[in-house]
Amino acid sequence: MSLLTIKDLSLSIHGAPILKDVSLGVAQGAIVAITGESGSGKSLTAFSVMQLLPRGTQTTGSIKLDGKELLNAPDGDMCALRGNDIGMVFQEPMTALNPLMSIGDQVMETILLHTDSSHEQARQRAEETLARVGLPPEKYSLARFPHQLSGGQRQRVVIAMAIALRPRLLIADEPTTALDVTTQAQILDLLKDLVQDFGMGLLMITHDLAVVSAMAERIVVMRYGEVVETGATKALFANMQHDYTKALFAASAHQVALPENTPKDALLIVKDAIRDYPKPRTELFAPRTYTRAVNAVSFTLRKGERIGLVGESGCGKSTLTRAILGLEPLQGGSITALNQKVAPDMPAALRSGLQVVFQDPYGSFNPRHKVARIITEPFHLLPNPPRGQERENRISQLLTAVGLHPTDANKYIHAFSGGQRQRIAIARALIINPELIIFDEAVSALDVSIRAQILDLIAELTRTHDLSYLFISHDLSVVRTITDRVLVMKDGEIVEDGETEQVFTNPRHPYTASLIKAAPTLPDVKALADVSS
Amino acid sequence: MKTSRNLVIGAALSTLFIAAALISFIWTPFDVTEMNIPSKLQTPNGTNWLGTDHFGRDIFSMIMVGARTSIAVALVAVGIGMGVGVPLGLAAAARQGSLLDEVIMRGNDLVFAFPSLVIAILITAVFGPGAINAIIAIGIFNIPVFARLTRSAALPLWQREFIMAARASGKGNARISMEHILPNVTNLLIVQGTIQFSLGILAEAGLSYVGLGAQPPLPSWGRMLADAQTMVSFAPHLALIPGGAIILTVLGLNLMGDGLRDLLDPRIRVERT
Amino acid sequence: MLRYSLKRLLSLAISLVIASLVIFLVIEVAPGDPASFMLGINAQEDTLNALREELGLNQSKLERYLSWTFGMLQGDFGTSYTYRTPVADMVQDRLWVSLPLAIYALALSTLIAFPAGIYAASRRGGLGDVSIMGATQLGVAIPNFWFAMMLVLVFAINLRWFSAGGFPGWEDGLFTGLKALTLPAIALALPQAAILARVMRSSLLDILNEDFIRTARAKGLTPQQALWRHALRNALIPVLTIIGLQFSFLLAGSIIIEQVFYLPGLGRLVFQSISQRDLIVVESVVMLLVFAVILVNFIVDLAYAWVDPRLRSRT
Repeated sequence: MSLLTIKDLSLSIHGAPILKDVSLGVAQGAIVAITGESGSGKSLTAFSVMQLLPRGTQTTGSIKLDGKELLNAPDGDMCALRGNDIGMVFQEPMTALNPLMSIGDQVMETILLHTDSSHEQARQRAEETLARVGLPPEKYSLARFPHQLSGGQRQRVVIAMAIALRPRLLIADEPTTALDVTTQAQILDLLKDLVQDFGMGLLMITHDLAVVSAMAERIVVMRYGEVVETGATKALFANMQHDYTKALFAASAHQVALPENTPKDALLIVKDAIRDYPKPRTELFAPRTYTRAVNAVSFTLRKGERIGLVGESGCGKSTLTRAILGLEPLQGGSITALNQKVAPDMPAALRSGLQVVFQDPYGSFNPRHKVARIITEPFHLLPNPPRGQERENRISQLLTAVGLHPTDANKYIHAFSGGQRQRIAIARALIINPELIIFDEAVSALDVSIRAQILDLIAELTRTHDLSYLFISHDLSVVRTITDRVLVMKDGEIVEDGETEQVFTNPRHPYTASLIKAAPTLPDVKALADVSS
Repeated sequence: MKTSRNLVIGAALSTLFIAAALISFIWTPFDVTEMNIPSKLQTPNGTNWLGTDHFGRDIFSMIMVGARTSIAVALVAVGIGMGVGVPLGLAAAARQGSLLDEVIMRGNDLVFAFPSLVIAILITAVFGPGAINAIIAIGIFNIPVFARLTRSAALPLWQREFIMAARASGKGNARISMEHILPNVTNLLIVQGTIQFSLGILAEAGLSYVGLGAQPPLPSWGRMLADAQTMVSFAPHLALIPGGAIILTVLGLNLMGDGLRDLLDPRIRVERT
Repeated sequence: MLRYSLKRLLSLAISLVIASLVIFLVIEVAPGDPASFMLGINAQEDTLNALREELGLNQSKLERYLSWTFGMLQGDFGTSYTYRTPVADMVQDRLWVSLPLAIYALALSTLIAFPAGIYAASRRGGLGDVSIMGATQLGVAIPNFWFAMMLVLVFAINLRWFSAGGFPGWEDGLFTGLKALTLPAIALALPQAAILARVMRSSLLDILNEDFIRTARAKGLTPQQALWRHALRNALIPVLTIIGLQFSFLLAGSIIIEQVFYLPGLGRLVFQSISQRDLIVVESVVMLLVFAVILVNFIVDLAYAWVDPRLRSRT
């Protein structure tokens, strides 16, 4: 019998149906993954098990843990179960911990709440648990506060709180989505180990099919609140039944066809660039000290080249981007674009040659402006910006080029989805025909199917508009398909620079190798199919 | 549902008193300076709708003219606070961490150490009492309120990517502040403006009550209460009516502020759905 | 922690210096010569000069500023122009009325606001919440001096539970003194309590929406436990700011309330001094009030660090 059995779970919030007849099971010691894109209802399914749902939620069906019905159980009963029989790990480690409470107290709280152990016993158990998740008390004192830990370490604390009492079921909601790829690999390994050691069931929610295939024994694919396909992971990948599963897989493995590039003159020359940030003063009258975010970075981008810049968070890639855009000054070295020096006070003509597409489709537009005004903002850089009919034509032309309709110009930004917004961002970057475009994590916030479409659009525009770009991303699989050359950045320095395929198949720097190794990969469907047939 | 009710009641009360203030310019039932000792201390009746005071002046008329004083003082004071505070806040946010930011913020802290009553005391000590002093005192006190609010609302906006995009389009700090920052903090300023307006009315009443605000013969709600104090035991309506006028006006403005916030702040609206 | 405190202390000192400069300069602008005002229009020139000499009015502005500030540091606030007695003595007597009144009111305000705000937040949307919020909406709109008059009308004139005004002093015991200050303190405290309760509630509701509250619930805490153990301390940070601000409102408000209850506090002293153009007294009392506000803000800053470990370890 399954540890957890969800049967015909339907859920609506304020009358709006969200989940429809969801059924799934998790066996003792098994890892089951629910996957799907945003809006699929995968997280709400997890929260239904915890019975931690938003106000105004109505549920029908059945959720049984070891035969005990959880759905609409009294909150008192659920409180006894939560943390004791069911543990939960969340997506955002930065906000999941109480900032005013030491990590030891937070882990101990779980223990003290459900057992009648003494303070000292609880403390000992918290120490053991933290050590088990990779935070040995000799190095990470229980008295530490969350702000003194990194994101990965905080996620370990959250896991420690969830497993301190060895629950029978652990629920992990996108546990590694907010983490860097090497940290992700460590956390996934930890979760796997814990499941094996404790024999608990793990219900994992993730949008990442590669993570699913590496972790789960069974997989549940959801879309629009319904389960579309479910089965043992290998068998399911080997023989996908539902069109949506196939589409999802295809989008995750999406490759684009970039046109041949024939590098010409140098467009952007970064030479020994140094970027320092002042640290907060440690002493009242101490001289300022600085953090070196970008350390002697040099590379050249030629016209027609598509270069990727990869690295983990805090490696300095965003800082470098801002310097290349001339938004922040360098403390050493130089950046030259179009044979002119890039600096915050550079002339408009040079600035008009460099445009940018940002990551967040929700944050990169002024919500009070219409699309026409948003995408024509770079006209500010032109000495004679087009007016009247010419301006209208240019707007229509660009909107069409990025796959939108000319009438979209008169709408406000909230009328568009995330993918459409990235199209608008690309239109804004292209409207003054810049020489170089910088894509700053431009597809990172998008669902896989939308991401595939935007990547196709970029490839298409590369053909039609002869683009040169610098593509900044933490996602190795995206960089691999959308660039010709790749730069790997670590601690403010570029540790590897080479042709993309070369670097991926045969990395020279150990850091590059570790990145590639840590990145989860999609299973080889063909091989799986051959084995099973 | 509750949202629109707050807004409707608040707007109705505010409009009532603003209308009373405006009408008082062209018409009041009686001349507010006209004394009529024989009919003094009347309780509300057919001739004097809200009764008369110890000089036989018509209280209804005095409330109307008093509304004019209160509203004028509070409105101009909010104007001063916004007119000076908002640009300071925008400038501080545009150059966060700079010397300019530091000076503006420390200056704000300093002004906060002078409650408006203390400013009024200082001004009165130097220039003598008067309505203008009340305006200046309340206005100065409003400056840091708006400067802080504007800065704290603008700072997260400066981190947003659309500001980066505007900078990549070559726009300077001043232009970005006007085009992108200000329109996105307007809602907040409107809401805070109504709240400061109501606080201004309370402060004006307090200053007039202790004699630091509007001077005779200009009627004001605060001074009506000061006059009523010795007579409250045998003519409580002298205190109840101006007090009621202050409470209803302030309540109206606060309800309107709450209603506007619910209406204008999408964050709260999302939370309710 | 020590470094943080020192930094705040330095900023306190700078604020005090600038505030004293501002007050001094404003008073300097005042028209009229205190000496001729004190002696009347028929005074002889040499008598006037002698008095100016005595009051130190012949010195340069800088000398006068320095002697004023250094005097204050040693507890010497100068000599009243009208009463010819040390300002420090006059102020000290009055301070023993105004300061206890402000603190009494702050305590009342906090004691009322905390339970009300916490209760309203924990019963969000319920009848208790709606009635408390309605009451605070009204409380915020009531002018405290008017409320004071109503308290006098009901509890002093009609019910005769309290005296309508005046202050017997602390010599007759703590209880007598506190009793005389009770109506004024309630009048001061209730409108402030209404504001504080609203801040407490909205701050708690903000925190209750945070991710870590969900984490706490996932551990098995009940909503009430999550509120008390995790939300309250976090919600305290904005509440502390308001308490600090309120102290200055209470101090200023006590000046007005003293008028209603005929209390011999700083307020009475200031208004008397203004009408007698005894500017040295005005100057010193204003400086004292500003000092109190700055000091309270300093204490609030220290309290932040006590609540928030992020502040303790930074800088």
